[in-house]
Formats: sequence, C-alpha cells, structure tokens
Amino acid sequence: MELNLKTYLNKTTDAAPLAVFRIGFGLMMCYGMIRYWLKGWIDTVYVQPQFHFKYYGFDWVKSLGEYTYLLFLICGLSAFFVAIGYKYRLAIITFFISFTYIELIEKTTYLNHYYFISILSFLMLFLPANAYFSLDNYTSKISYKSIPKWSIDAIKLLLGIVYFYAGLAKINSDWLLKAQPLKIWLRSKYDLPFIGETIMQQDWFHYAMSWSGMLYDLLIPFFLLYKRTRFVAFIMVIFFHVFTRVLFPIGMFPFVMIVSALIFFDASFHHKIIHKIKSLLGFISVKAQPIIYKSVYTVRYRKLVLPILGLFFALQLLIPFRYLLYPGELFWTEEGYRFSWRVMLMEKMGNTTFKIKDEQGNVFLVNNADFLTPLQEKQMSFQPDFILEYAHYLGDHFSKQGYKGVQVYAKSFVALNGRLSQLFIDESVNLYQEKESFKHKHWILPFTDEIKGL
Amino acid sequence: MKKLVYVFAIMLLIVACSESDDTGSSSNATSDNYNRVAMQTNLADNIIIPRIQNLKSALQTLSDVNNTFTATPNQANLDNLRAAFVSAYKDWQLVEPFNIGQAEILQYNFKMNVYPTTVADIEANIANGNYDLLAAANNDAVGFPAVDYMLHGIAATDADILDKYTNANYVTYLTDLIAQMNSLTQTVLTDWSSNYRTVFISSTENTASSAVNKFINDYIFYFEKGLRANKFGIPAGVFSATSLSDKAEAIYNGTISRDLAIIALDNVQNIFNGKATSTSPTGEGFYKYLVALDRTDLATLINTRIDDARQKIQNLNSDLKTQVEVDSVKMTEAYDALQLVVISLKVDMLQAFNVSVDYVDADGD
Repeated sequence: MELNLKTYLNKTTDAAPLAVFRIGFGLMMCYGMIRYWLKGWIDTVYVQPQFHFKYYGFDWVKSLGEYTYLLFLICGLSAFFVAIGYKYRLAIITFFISFTYIELIEKTTYLNHYYFISILSFLMLFLPANAYFSLDNYTSKISYKSIPKWSIDAIKLLLGIVYFYAGLAKINSDWLLKAQPLKIWLRSKYDLPFIGETIMQQDWFHYAMSWSGMLYDLLIPFFLLYKRTRFVAFIMVIFFHVFTRVLFPIGMFPFVMIVSALIFFDASFHHKIIHKIKSLLGFISVKAQPIIYKSVYTVRYRKLVLPILGLFFALQLLIPFRYLLYPGELFWTEEGYRFSWRVMLMEKMGNTTFKIKDEQGNVFLVNNADFLTPLQEKQMSFQPDFILEYAHYLGDHFSKQGYKGVQVYAKSFVALNGRLSQLFIDESVNLYQEKESFKHKHWILPFTDEIKGL
Repeated sequence: MKKLVYVFAIMLLIVACSESDDTGSSSNATSDNYNRVAMQTNLADNIIIPRIQNLKSALQTLSDVNNTFTATPNQANLDNLRAAFVSAYKDWQLVEPFNIGQAEILQYNFKMNVYPTTVADIEANIANGNYDLLAAANNDAVGFPAVDYMLHGIAATDADILDKYTNANYVTYLTDLIAQMNSLTQTVLTDWSSNYRTVFISSTENTASSAVNKFINDYIFYFEKGLRANKFGIPAGVFSATSLSDKAEAIYNGTISRDLAIIALDNVQNIFNGKATSTSPTGEGFYKYLVALDRTDLATLINTRIDDARQKIQNLNSDLKTQVEVDSVKMTEAYDALQLVVISLKVDMLQAFNVSVDYVDADGD
C-alpha cells in the first residue's frame, strides 16, 4: 500500500493540461473581476452597506470602503498574471488572498462557486502550473515537459468532489419525490421562447430535470475520467451548464465548470490548444529567447506540500458531512449547510422583524431597511446565523443610543420549497443574550414537515 | 478540438432555440400555464382604469362644489364640500395601490396622500401666496391630508373656519390644491387609456422590469407600507417608543380613518381576487394564478387572513387617532393581523410566483 502510494506520487505526466487549465482559470477570473466591477456590485455589496455580515471567526476582516475597488484591481491583475504565468507563485498567492478576503468581507453574497474558486486557488498555490508554456519559462529560460501526475489529479479530484457531493445532496425527498424546488423555478420560466409555456410547465419535465440533475452530478466525474465516455461526457457538461445558465442567474459558474472540465482530456488535446494560442500570439513569440526544455519538474518542499494537500482533501471530504453533528432538518436550520456543494436545493424565503425592548418598558419594531441593503435583508430573513448577528448589531446600536437593558426578539416566518411559511425563531428568546458558536442554536423552532434523505 | 467547437456551437444553438421540436408533441400543455395577459387585462380594464375614472369624477365634483363654496362660504356649502371631500378620499383609497406607469413617474402618491400634513408649511404657503405645489418640499402640504386640514382644521369652530374663507389667500390655496389633484389624476388617467394599458397587459415576462412583476411588487409594497404601516403601525407606535396618534389618516375630519382603512383593505382583497367590486365573481388575478400553480392552500389562507384583519379593524373606533389614544393595543392587534397577510404575500406568494424581484441584483448558485 505504502509502496503503491509512493510509486503513484512519483508518477509523472505531461505538463500541458495544467498549463491550459492555468490560462483558462486566470482569464476567467480576470474577466469575473471586471464583470463584477462593471455590474456595479462592488458598490452595492461592499461599499454601500453600513454593516457587513461576517463568517464566524472572521470578524476581523473589515471592508476597505472605497479601497475595495483597489482590492478588485489587484485581484483581477493577479488573475491575469496567473493566466500568462508571470511570477506565477506570487500571482496565485495574491489572487488567493485578495479573492478570499473579498469573499470574507460580506457573508450575504456567499455562493458555492466563490468558495470553489477560493479553495481551487489555494490548491493551485502548491501546483507547478507555470512549469510549461508560461512567461516564467522565458525569464528562467527553463521549461518542463512533465510534472508529477498528482498535481493534475488533484484538480480532477477537487472537481470530482464538487460534482459528486452536489449529486449526493440531491438525494432527498424534496428533490426526487416532489421535484422541488425545480418545479417552482422551471414554471416561472414561462417567458422562454418555445419551451416556456410548454415543457417548462409539465410535471414530468420537472421530475426528469430533478432526476437527471442528480444522476449527472453523481456520474459525470467518472464519465469524464474514462477515455471512452469522455467526449460524450464533456458534451453533457457543456449542455448541462449552458442550459442551467439559460434558466438561472448563476453568472460565471457554468463557464468556470466547462473550462475546468477540459483538464480531463489527454495531453494531446491540450497541446493542440497551446499550438493554437502560439499561432495566435505568433507576432510576440518571435522575439522569445531559446528555452531549455527539461523533462521532469521536481516539487520543492515536497515533504511539506503533500501532507498539506492530503489534509486539504480530507477536510474537503469531511466538511460537507458536518451537518450530521446537528439535530433538526438541515435545510431548515442551515447548520452545516454552507461549504458543502449544496447547490440549488432550496427555494427559501423569509420575513423577519425585530422587536426591541428595554428596561424602561419601551417596545418598538425595527425597520430593517434602515440598516440593511435589500440583498442583506433578503438573506438575513431565513438564515439563523444572520438573524443572530443582526440582532446583536441592533442591540449594540440601540444600547449606544442610550437605551438601557436592551433586549432583541425576532419574529420570523420562513417558507421552504413551496410549503406554507411557518414560525422560524422562538419569539420569547432574547437573541441579544445568545452567542454565536458552532453549537446547535436552540432557538430555531423545529421544522414541522420532514425531508428524507442525505 | 474542432469537433468540440462545433459541438459547443450546436449546443448553444439548441439552447437558444430551446428545443422547438418538442413543442408539437405537447401542444395541449398551455392549459396548465396561467394566462398572465388575461390577468393584466382584467386588472387594467375592470379594476385599475375604472377606479381612476371614479376618482377623477369624484375630484371633479369636489372642484365644482368648491367653486360653489368659495363663491358663497356658508355652512351648507361647507357641509357639501366636506361630503364631496370624504367621497373623493374614499375613491382615492382604491387608486393608491397603483403606483405604476405615469403614477410612478409623477410620484402621484406623494402628491396625493402624504400624511401627516405639515400645518406650518400650509400656513406659510397661504401667507406668502408664492408656492410650487408640485415641489417635493410641498408633498406634505398638498393632497387629501392638506384639504382635510383646510376643511376641518384651520380653525376650532365651523364659524371660524367659514370666517377664514373670507380671506382670499385661503380660497386660492384650497382651490389650487383641488385643481392640482384633478390635473394629476387626469394625467394618470389619460396615460392609462392612451399608452400604459397596452404596456401593462403585454409586458408579462418574468423580468425585474416587466409590468406584471412590478405590479406584484408594488401591490405588496402598498399593503406593507401604505396600508399596514401608514394607517396602523406608525400611529399605533409599533415602530417607535411612544405612540404617534397624530400620524393617523384624516385626523382633522376625525371620523373616517377606520372606514378609509377598511375600504383600502377591501380594495387589496378585490385586487387579489381579480374582482371589480366585492360582490363581483372572482376574476383573473393573484387568487386564480395561485390556484393554477396548485397553491389553493395559500390562496385560501390569504383571503382568510385578510378577513381576520378586517374583523379586527371593524372593532376599532371610527377615528383611528382616537383609537390610539384610548386603547392602542387594539390598534396593535389590527397591525399584527395585517402583518400576517404581509407574510403570506411577501414570503409565500412571492415564492410561489418566483417573481424576479426588482431590488436584488446578484448572481445565485
């Protein structure tokens, strides 16, 4: 066994797929930053709010205010440097830190695919993505034709985890037996040409989409791994992601996944891509200095890197299952919901109002719009950790205004996957006294229905 | 490589054309899809436009009666004028939810019913005689609340009020107020019939800016703000440490605010049910839309909750200001009942419709 692992870790493979992946990743991230900027979201998400929701333990991550634009500039530039492979290590470190910092500023915009980009860029810190076809090769005048096999497999594994776990999460009674939430979402796409008023309204189509979505997520990593099914599988990847892009406002994610899936193809395919890029950039490479091509890239600090990656993947496999440690329905409490590739599983909406009491007997309700942006209010309304954090913010605010002995109570109604809304939070609990922790939040009222499954 | 490019292009094409060959095999499928054009048409032709027309004629009457009154300011004419005012104010309740199209552009609601009105601003306008009633700064010195003050609040007794109207400045101001309400309403009405009706009934796609989605959002916003908060929550002191009875509606008249609120509640229920009046049969509207989405449970619940809220309101004093001062707990109970309706509309109904909301712009995953 140990021998097997050792021989595996010493295996090498062609460096081209990782180089193409690096270019694709860098360019898409660079575009992603520009897109975010042009949409005006830096302002609405990071600059305007007077208050930011924080991930537990990351209170110290502060908004940079107007300087957030600078952070995006740095992030976008570093992504570009990753793409061209110039000062790769520094560029990817800068990208990882700046991107992750941006995400940590505000929990409201949490998306699985942002998390994916964050951990993927962390993984790429340790990979020799600049060994081949990078500007670094020109400055060092050394290029490597092969790299350790594990460095490409690591990306495949991460992609595989994302898909497979997303598939596992779909094995639940709402998704498979009620076709929810797809039934709600697909029916609301009545304005699509041709299909909108026809198949989008059909029950069988909702079920077909639910079941095929689950099977797709579970099986696609394996179909991509095997050479015989790879081409068909990739066509499915394109179809699936483009189709979801048409249906849902999911931004860049489909394209990130499509380009990422290219890494499953043979090196010959990637050499063709590189050849194409070279011919497009022909006018530049004329001036290039001759490069010594070495055969195998050796990873520095291998003894350190491999255990880190081992730990990284162990965590990736375990974190999605942490919800098992909490009582109650996961979709309801959302304790252990994030960072688990639970994508598009819920149509959840809420309405949460806060009552402030003080020791003089003053009682009044808070107008949430006075403190939160519409997006923040929407997200806060159905997620317990947001509700608690906001309750503390309100408690602090009114204490500062001079109210003594402030108590904060929440009245919250939440509707999940087309069920009638029900009370969500115990109205009699003073949330200002409750502390955030990894423990179960006892003041979340139990879900009155049942969702079976993983 | 090339093969992949072709495949990608073909996929895009397929998605763009959205499997047009499937439509033939399921041609009977449209039956389970709600007809939003019919809903919008019913709303426009049987509810919105007739209500604006009624308001316009009530305001015209108000203007005519005012001319009689200002020519001869006596008690009988004052009584007639007050009656015309109450009648128009009731018709206004039926129009306030439709803050869409020209009404939104003109900020019609802000020029018709911002209360409490600011007496100091009104008196200052009257005193210096130089004012632009359309200016945003005068929103709290125009419309129904200002007329309410002019007819009931400028002096303690009717004799003193009549005496005020021997002053030409008061006459001019009252006449100007009524004239502006008439002209704004005419502009909104003309736009509905000449232009916006067509937009309203055809703009039914599920986008943030489509008329159908804007109307749904506006409807809920009105229920939450115009009805629940303005008429009940704010005066009852729900949002403040103390109650603010002066922020109730029609405080100078002092007898109609409960009825105005009931009319407003009946109106939102009729809109929900697609009814022209409370006695009409249920027409195309949110109720039928929910039923088409297999959400009869929710459609019924919303009506039940509105009925419950109406019962609470019917138990209140005819003047909500007085009710707050006597027993604000009953006001709070009415507010709570209305809040339950808000939950049903804002959480459950919006989820069922899966409306693209106009205020949240971000990616999902």
